[in-house]
Amino acid sequence: MNLFFVVLIPFLGAGLAAWVSRFGRLQSAWMAGGVTLVALIALTPSLPAPFLGETLVQRIPWIPALGLDLVLRLDGLGLLFALMVLGMGLLVILYARYYLAERDCMGRFYGYLLLFMGSMLGIVLSENLILLLMFWELTSLSSFLLISYWQHREDARTGARMALAVTGLGGLAMLGGFVLLGEMVGSYDLSVVLANGELIRSDPLYTPMLVLILLGAFTKSAQFPFHFWLPHAMAAPTPVSAYLHSATLVKAGVFLLARLFPVLSGTSQWSILVIGAGLATLLIGAYFALFKHDIKGLLAYSTISHLGLITLLFGIGTPLAAVAGVFHIINHATFKASLFMAAGIIDHECGTRDMRRINGLWRYMPYTGTLAMVAAAAMAGVPLFNGFLSKEMFFGETVTFSANHTWDWLLPAAVVVAGIFAVAYSLRFIHDVFFNGDPIDLPKTPHEPPRWMKVPVEILVAICLLVGILPAFTVAPLLYVAATGVLQTAPPDYDLAIWHGVNAALIMSVIALIGGILIYAGRRPLFNLATKLEGLLDARAVFDGLLKGLLALAGAVTRILDTGSLQRMLLVFILSALTLGTVGFLGGGAPLTGDRDLLPADAVSLLVTIALIIVALWTVVLHRRRLTALIVMGALGLLVSLIFVKFSAPDLALTQLSVEVVTIVLLLLALYFLPQYSPAESSWPRRVRDIGVACLAGGGAAALTWSVLTRPYESIADYFLENSVPGGGGANVVNVILVDFRGFDTLGEISVLALAGLGIYAMLKDLRLPGPTCDARGRPWNWDMHPVIMAALTRLLLPLALLVSAFIFLRGHNLPGGGFIAGLITAIALIMQYLANGVEWTHVRMTSNLHPVIGAGLLIGLLTGLASLVFGYPFLTSAFTHVHWPVIGDFELASAIAFDLGVYLVVVGATLLILVHLGLMHHASHPGEQEPNHA
Amino acid sequence: MLSIAVSIAFALVSGALLLSLFRLLRGPDKPDRILALDTLYINTIALLVLLGIHLSSSLYFEAALLIAMMGFVGTVALCKYLLRGDIIE
Repeated sequence: MNLFFVVLIPFLGAGLAAWVSRFGRLQSAWMAGGVTLVALIALTPSLPAPFLGETLVQRIPWIPALGLDLVLRLDGLGLLFALMVLGMGLLVILYARYYLAERDCMGRFYGYLLLFMGSMLGIVLSENLILLLMFWELTSLSSFLLISYWQHREDARTGARMALAVTGLGGLAMLGGFVLLGEMVGSYDLSVVLANGELIRSDPLYTPMLVLILLGAFTKSAQFPFHFWLPHAMAAPTPVSAYLHSATLVKAGVFLLARLFPVLSGTSQWSILVIGAGLATLLIGAYFALFKHDIKGLLAYSTISHLGLITLLFGIGTPLAAVAGVFHIINHATFKASLFMAAGIIDHECGTRDMRRINGLWRYMPYTGTLAMVAAAAMAGVPLFNGFLSKEMFFGETVTFSANHTWDWLLPAAVVVAGIFAVAYSLRFIHDVFFNGDPIDLPKTPHEPPRWMKVPVEILVAICLLVGILPAFTVAPLLYVAATGVLQTAPPDYDLAIWHGVNAALIMSVIALIGGILIYAGRRPLFNLATKLEGLLDARAVFDGLLKGLLALAGAVTRILDTGSLQRMLLVFILSALTLGTVGFLGGGAPLTGDRDLLPADAVSLLVTIALIIVALWTVVLHRRRLTALIVMGALGLLVSLIFVKFSAPDLALTQLSVEVVTIVLLLLALYFLPQYSPAESSWPRRVRDIGVACLAGGGAAALTWSVLTRPYESIADYFLENSVPGGGGANVVNVILVDFRGFDTLGEISVLALAGLGIYAMLKDLRLPGPTCDARGRPWNWDMHPVIMAALTRLLLPLALLVSAFIFLRGHNLPGGGFIAGLITAIALIMQYLANGVEWTHVRMTSNLHPVIGAGLLIGLLTGLASLVFGYPFLTSAFTHVHWPVIGDFELASAIAFDLGVYLVVVGATLLILVHLGLMHHASHPGEQEPNHA
Repeated sequence: MLSIAVSIAFALVSGALLLSLFRLLRGPDKPDRILALDTLYINTIALLVLLGIHLSSSLYFEAALLIAMMGFVGTVALCKYLLRGDIIE
């Protein structure tokens, strides 16, 4: 299971690293380094397996029905990348500790960095394609956060957004590709996918699948035409560029090419697409890199070019080319990361990255200069440095490939051109920065950086040299297992020696070196030409244009659908509901009246129903006089609860009655601050139309109810009726459903109630509104705030009401009642005290802080649920027993009553919180307050 | 005997209910309506208790109890609103 720890540790560490930053600037760096080391240690037990030719697969079932397991694998390729991610991560953490300025937040930086590290490890260690995609998206998100780390800078924000848009788009395409791929082989596990190459390549959907997956890989690895986001991502802090844009993030795309190499490659579609993209990227990157004046811009385009090189190698599709691709992944990571770090040092010491101003740094920082020179030599492909070896293999592969194809000289010629440019820009990086005259107008006087800032660069440069000189003794075993991982079989024989005799590849290298030097020597006219050509090939403008068009389209569609008029939207909604509802009844398939016998109507029901209709109509007539309408509406609630009683729903009746009172209080509290009369805003024709639509909608609802009620009705109700006592231990089915059968639902509901209460509290907390000084007719308010008789009576009533509340609560499981109704009764009893005695009087006698009440209620509800988990039952299973108490008699004790208590507390807390704070909005309620009254 | 009494009581209380409803809808003033609403609550209590007697069931008693206990809170709140505007102060 250690692989899971390797992936999880950085995620957990991200939070830790962010948290410890409160104890000091450097704690985060130490924490991040420690976390990375721990992850590395967690990986070590698995290290030998790939070398023994094994593929480790570790699995935790997740949703087996969907074929989704949390499953990780470690083979040679995964191992190489995991080591790169962790090792490079350590170096970058050390480097960033010196790079980041005092004002930069260390905790945030290392938190994001570890998030990214975890996601990247997830990609390279995933066995399941869907899991891989999830981590893939996580890298997009975390790299967005890292690129935009300097949030105050506009270029950082746009660069991050562009990177997210492009890679996010690619991820979406890749999801489609993965689904196609998974459906072809019937499994999303890589082991199965990798074993079914023949099946996949012969599938009719192979081409769309390939295109979709390649879209994902190409966007991530900045392949043409998606390369443009990478230079803009250079707005990130340099450690981020060194980590993401040389060794890890952008390598995720080529990692995917390598991962799926055995099953996807070997077709003409693969060759055309991958070679085409790789070659274009290689050339375009190399060309632009030479003409960038920004050091990091040069490195960014050079990275693009090298990624194109790797892609091209995988596109060639032979095993040897794949080996060369893996080798170049390693080499590029080392020399490019060290170059980025060197660029960061230069930026740090000079205060600018413009190579037209940074010149002659050799005198100021010879040591850094030496390191940069070694790395740049590796980038150029100079012998004795690691870049030379893989580049030579690359040249060799292009020659072998073209020997079998027409136009045979074209590919080698093109890559030699790219090689020439690579030498030229490497030369420029060194010559322009460290020689070429004196620095021009630098903000700072450069000097060598702190000792430890150079250590990561030294380590990487040492690797460049060691691999370059002694490949067989250093990188060979790792390369071998990684290549085995890519090919899924033993790789063919290859020779890592520096000298192979005079062959095509060597000649190409020599041409590239000499050509590069010549080009750089004659750079002035070329620079002028490039300045003239600039803007002709601006991918960013295309991207911006596309984005603008997309946003305009979205805006237009939204404007068609949403005119901003609620009336209009309601009209459309109701009319469509009416139309759709009517269509179902047309054609005679379904008569409106069912075949169930009608119940006889008795006089009292008829009376109440007619009264209900009249009162409802009258409320509509009176609706402009708001207070009057409210009074009349009070009767409406009462009559509705009578109807509930008539149709044997006492629980509903009790709830309706309690809610009715609370509603009146709530509306009165709000009405105080609102106009007392509603003006007529619509014209007459419009009102007639609206009345018509309303009548139609009401008639439709009535007809629907009629047709439902006249049909024989089989429902789940019988199940509840039968199982209420044996299953839930209560005779009141409504309550047993609430606290037992559907307890989880209730838990969700009381959470919503609690949140609503807290939300209202948050919104009203410091809101003070002036109230009207006289009533609607201009009469002054009565002077008597709390009439004595009322105050005295309600005080007397309080214990009585609480007793009723307790009674209703306790009997709720077997007879009408329960926590919800009891909670409302208690809330009303307490509100009564506020009404009659005032806030001040009440708060002296009762806590004004209701948050603990709500919290306790939720906690009790949750704990009741968890308790059943402890006993091995599903969440919220209730247990009950019957105990015999003296005097009282047989008493049934259910664990559901504890849950009901939670409901009770939340209802009391939330109701009081809302009502009291609505009342406290009036600033007269806070006489002489200096600070906001916490109540 | 009881059933006859209950029927008569039903008729009378229904009549009272209708009259209160009339007052509620007619007004003319807000206090009239509030009083009508309060009376309506009391009528409902009577109706519920009568229903309980009629059906020989005690299930409706709690509803009547709740109305008796809480119905007047609405009335109090409405009256307080007329007097002071701000009902929780």
